[in-house]
Amino acid sequence: MLLITCPYCGPRPELEFRYAGEAHIARPEDPSGVEADPWGEFLYNRTNARGPYAERWRHFHGCGRFFNAIRDTTTDFFLATYKVGEPRPDVPARAVASASTGGAGER
Amino acid sequence: MSAEFRLPVGGRIDRAKPVRFTFDGKSYEGFAGDTLASALIANGVHLVGRSFKYHRPRGILTAGSEEPNALVGVGRDEAHYTPNLRATQVEITDGMVAESQNRWPSLAFDVGAVNDGLGRFLPAGFYYKTFMWPAGAWAKFYEPVIRRAAGLGRAPQAADTDRYTQRYAHCEVLVVGAGPAGLAAALAASETGVRVILCDEQAEFGGSLLHERDTVIDGRDAEAWVAEAVATLCSRENVRLLTRTTAFGYYPHNLVGLAERVTDHLAAPGSDLPRERLWQVRAREVVIAAGSIERPLVFPENDRPGVMMAEAARIYANRFGAKPGNRAVVFTASDSAYRAALDLKAAGVEIAAIADLRPDPTGAVVERARADGIRVLPGTSVQGTSGRLRIRSASLGAVVGGATETVPCDLLLMSGGFTPTLSLFSQSRGKMAWDEALEAYVPSVSVERERSVGACRGIYGLAEVLADGHAAGVAAAGKGASDGAARRFTVDAEELGHSGHRGITPHRRDASRVKAFVDFQNDVTAKDVKLATQEGFRSIEHVKRYTTTGMATDQGRTSNINALAIVSDALGKSVPEVGLTTFRPPYTPTTFALFAGQARGELFDPVRTTPIHDWAAEHGAVFEDVGIWKRARYFPEGGEDMHEAVARECRAVRESVGIFDGSTLGKIEVVGRDAAEFMNRMYTNAWAKLEPGRLRYGVMLREDGFVMDDGVVGRMAPDRFHVTTTTGGAPRVLNHMEDYLQTEWPDLEVWLTSTTEQWAVIAVQGPKARQVLEPLVEGIDLSREAMPHMSVRTGHICGVPTRLFRVSFTGELGFEVNVPANYGRAVWDAIFAAGQPHGITPYGTETMHVLRAEKGYIIVGQETDGTNTPDDVGLGWAVGKAKRDFVGKRSLARPQMQRPDRKQMVGLLTSDPATVLEEGAQIVADPNAPLPMKALGHVTSSYASSVVGRSIAIGMVAGGRGRIGETLHVPMPGGAIAVDVVEPVFFDKEGERIHG
Repeated sequence: MLLITCPYCGPRPELEFRYAGEAHIARPEDPSGVEADPWGEFLYNRTNARGPYAERWRHFHGCGRFFNAIRDTTTDFFLATYKVGEPRPDVPARAVASASTGGAGER
Repeated sequence: MSAEFRLPVGGRIDRAKPVRFTFDGKSYEGFAGDTLASALIANGVHLVGRSFKYHRPRGILTAGSEEPNALVGVGRDEAHYTPNLRATQVEITDGMVAESQNRWPSLAFDVGAVNDGLGRFLPAGFYYKTFMWPAGAWAKFYEPVIRRAAGLGRAPQAADTDRYTQRYAHCEVLVVGAGPAGLAAALAASETGVRVILCDEQAEFGGSLLHERDTVIDGRDAEAWVAEAVATLCSRENVRLLTRTTAFGYYPHNLVGLAERVTDHLAAPGSDLPRERLWQVRAREVVIAAGSIERPLVFPENDRPGVMMAEAARIYANRFGAKPGNRAVVFTASDSAYRAALDLKAAGVEIAAIADLRPDPTGAVVERARADGIRVLPGTSVQGTSGRLRIRSASLGAVVGGATETVPCDLLLMSGGFTPTLSLFSQSRGKMAWDEALEAYVPSVSVERERSVGACRGIYGLAEVLADGHAAGVAAAGKGASDGAARRFTVDAEELGHSGHRGITPHRRDASRVKAFVDFQNDVTAKDVKLATQEGFRSIEHVKRYTTTGMATDQGRTSNINALAIVSDALGKSVPEVGLTTFRPPYTPTTFALFAGQARGELFDPVRTTPIHDWAAEHGAVFEDVGIWKRARYFPEGGEDMHEAVARECRAVRESVGIFDGSTLGKIEVVGRDAAEFMNRMYTNAWAKLEPGRLRYGVMLREDGFVMDDGVVGRMAPDRFHVTTTTGGAPRVLNHMEDYLQTEWPDLEVWLTSTTEQWAVIAVQGPKARQVLEPLVEGIDLSREAMPHMSVRTGHICGVPTRLFRVSFTGELGFEVNVPANYGRAVWDAIFAAGQPHGITPYGTETMHVLRAEKGYIIVGQETDGTNTPDDVGLGWAVGKAKRDFVGKRSLARPQMQRPDRKQMVGLLTSDPATVLEEGAQIVADPNAPLPMKALGHVTSSYASSVVGRSIAIGMVAGGRGRIGETLHVPMPGGAIAVDVVEPVFFDKEGERIHG
């Protein structure tokens, strides 16, 4: 079970959270003015990155807030969590897990 | 009288506490502190099971949880029966009833052993190759027969009556394994004051130190050192000690699952104790001190009862005072077996010979054995063994050729060296590396914050193991890592070399005719593994699955390195090139009940009930599950079946008045300066002009334009909406609203509150509804003029504040009385009493469904399936075309969403009014068209309507509105049913009754 750090409440077990898809996909200001193809992109196409992936989570059984996270999809480790509206933080391309989430590194 | 093979002195058993138990119906005596295996050995019993596939007699191979052979069923009755327990782990208790498995009619005479003679016809992949014909026979015939003949224990026949509990725990350092490395780590870590949990699967801490005879640590003998270490740990308040506790699973972010066996070792456990306790431990750092496992040697007939791991025999003699035999042959490739031979000789076992694979064994322990008069045969291997239910002799011959010698024995001890136990490390997704010097896989790159210490990372000398554990404990605690990290332990112990052997041992027999077992539990031989490579399997993962080696409940802890070496030889590749298979949880088999914990029976799933639930139960309601809600489905009277009850309830609503519990409807209070703007964006409808006091039916779409939910919404004030949702949709709708509010439009000043549990909803529906409610209501004018259809008023009913909706999901004059949930039952009782003169009739969800279908009102989730636009289900009128934007609007404009051949909602009438269509049935144009025929759509709702006087149905049909008047067909097993396509309204088409 993952340990996820809610930017409002701190580290909590995965059971309290719900996944909410890829982050930083803004709804167009005026959807009616968007052509068919870009609208299809907006609706359906996701990056599904291998490695660090910016995604949305909601602390459903906690504060109820949506927030963003960078998770390495190859290790499941969270590299950062941050509030909605904040820019995506820089994280190393394939970081080993941070001190708070694991990874004793090579020995 | 003590058992025949019990040594007169020694061991950690309590000779003052005899324990009687039965095995296969025969009574035996052991002592407190015995395992079932040690007690049986003390009674001279080695034959304890039959093998999985060939039903060969099998004995006790090991002394630990890695045991592949000695699997037993234990339990005094069916409710306490557990199959497949390892006799090497089961602690005996007075009155224990244990039995062997996979044999019929008896362990000594087993009919299934015929498979052994048929062995050449049962090669690897046998099932895949043989039982291919006829099609269908696999599931019906072959598999059941094979499953019965090949297998493990049987499932218990009665429900488990024991209690199982679960706990969460947090610590800075979790130490798994309490041998020398684990104890040293726990001592060092806990000394810094951090929280430490130390667990071990055995009944007592100490690991290998519990069976050392002449080892001295820091001036104390090993057992005394252990006692002192445990006493020190006990005295520290920051330490939790868990014996009989298996770390079975390593999960992400240092969550480790521990299975604590609380009462199995007690003859009469207190009723306040659970049988097992699941610990979910979140540790900042994990120290794995899992030790190592001795490797069997793969030689012909290496599986007879009496063939045992050398170290296991030493454990039985030294720790349990049980002599595993009278005359032993030792077959080894490592020094440690010499130590075992010496200890067993001291215990009175005659050592007939030590056959050593190595051409020139040297070293202190070898010389000690020679000096003790033991016959050492260098460069010698076991060519085979004899004996049916117990080994009788071993045939020894030089590796390089020459004569063989048959040596009588009742015990054969083997040692191929030791394999570090990597299971938990592998589960943590750490990378393993092949160590050339050690000739073993060891932990290499960690993923989690864990460290392996001692033998499980290939460190074997006791002084080094203790120092390694200590250093890891200090480092894991994270305090003062530099000073005190290195500590020296003064140890006086036997110095051993660490050579070993992997794979098949050399012999001069015909390899195609002998059985040399690699995986004892799954009956996989060296021949099977080689055959797999001959048949083209190259990947160790494929060989594993094809031969099933390493796939038994022991996960190949005694077998996988040998299998790997055989594959490596056969393919001419090095061991690291072949790779290693992955270990997965659980480390040892774990009971289902442990995971279930308290979540059984009534506690399996939460149940939601409404304030009117008890009334409904008292009035004989039949309930249905809607999500986790219990809803009254119908109220049968005087032996009515569902159809009769529903027909009566429907007539009552149409003719007089019915009362219905709508409390499960989802409710969300939408409040704030921008509430109307928010509603405008979330629903298809226009809300700006809806006046306070009015209701509107709202349709909610997902961004892709498909109907997500619907419900009636009341505007209570300019800045306040009372939103209702479908019963199952409430959390989803609130999440959807929160998502947009928090992430897309944080500038809107709106607050969302779930009020589902706050309001009880009592629907009063029918021509007499107003007459029933009028006398109970204060401050609200219910008249047609003052309170028209789709309006909402606040006031009081029976003295209780209410939001009174005039709304109808039946097509009749209707009201929905919202009152605070705590008053729900009282108001319901009052309305029911007031309705008596009018014959007020309680109705359930089934009647509600029929009534709304008669009117063609949809149910989201029944007519819709997540691919329907509002227009598809006849709700185009609810879409605010003039609105600039709402969630889903842009998607509705996509060309695919406007195609005329989209499935559209229509009514369906069968030619025979008595025929009720099946919901979900397909609809076609021509039932005689060749297969596969194209389905035009499907039936979504279908009922017998007592009011209409015939069956009615709703369906989704391609271009359905253009087909009204056509006849289509519903193919069914008994023949196609013709249906006329009609408007989906079957009653009061003009809609006048609702305004009554």
